[in-house]
Amino acid sequence: MKSPRSFALVGLIAGLIFGAGLVIGGMTSPAKVRGFLDFTGDWDPTLVFVMGGAVMVHFWAYRLVKPWNTPVLAPMFQIPSRKDVDAKLVLGAAIFGLGWGVGGYCPGPAVTSLPTGGVSVLAFVLAMLASSWLTGRLESRATTQTLQPTPEPPQRVPTP
Amino acid sequence: MLRGAVGGALIGLSASLLLVLNGRVTGISGILNTLLQPVAGVEWAWRALFVVGLLAGGLVAGAFLPSPDSAAIPGLPTAILAGILVGVGTRLGNGCTSGHGVCGLSRLSVRSLIATLTFIATGAVAVLAMRGLAAGGGS
Repeated sequence: MKSPRSFALVGLIAGLIFGAGLVIGGMTSPAKVRGFLDFTGDWDPTLVFVMGGAVMVHFWAYRLVKPWNTPVLAPMFQIPSRKDVDAKLVLGAAIFGLGWGVGGYCPGPAVTSLPTGGVSVLAFVLAMLASSWLTGRLESRATTQTLQPTPEPPQRVPTP
Repeated sequence: MLRGAVGGALIGLSASLLLVLNGRVTGISGILNTLLQPVAGVEWAWRALFVVGLLAGGLVAGAFLPSPDSAAIPGLPTAILAGILVGVGTRLGNGCTSGHGVCGLSRLSVRSLIATLTFIATGAVAVLAMRGLAAGGGS
């Protein structure tokens, strides 16, 4: 790490801009999110502009760094490189979408709404963190079991 | 719609700063998950500061804008159910609207495109079902 302090500070600045962007874009309003997901009702296209605006800016950042070996402040890029579409990805995205539609919040706007959203938003965030943590625990246990099958208990050789 | 595009551009700018300077993907669910793990030093610090920024940036921007319709904030049981679904789903699916919808689509990732289409589709189903429940439940 070239400069840990700057590296951490970028996190703060990025968070500030992201939080402001979510609020300005209306994403902290569950009514707006449900309005976007309500294709058969009174459809609200705002989220298309938010996601589209974000992708139009961020696409160029990827183009910029593509030839780089390292980012400015860190020893390496940590970018997902998986290409396979597996059942877990689709199942997870499907479950997430249900929760997004039911509550009107995805993780970023929920956290950003914590100071103003009252007890419901707090409960949403706590339930989200707890269930994600638990799912992660169960996942890693399942993976360990697949990779290292529990050994058979040692057979006791009857002593003559 | 202009507000949407401006907000979106800011989100894209934020993700671009993290990518260009720190080499990281701005996935909120991933950032939150890592905060709950015993990760030491600067890897924990930048994520914690990101969340502090999220809260502060939201508060500052919110001070200049009309606050969202509070009638649409879900009740407690609905909020808990939704939170559980979002927590389980983002963990299994390795990401949420930011990681897949913004960062993944920007790098033209097929996984993220499939994930994004899937969560928009089931989100639409959920909204439709909720409307049906509200109409049929008589409440």
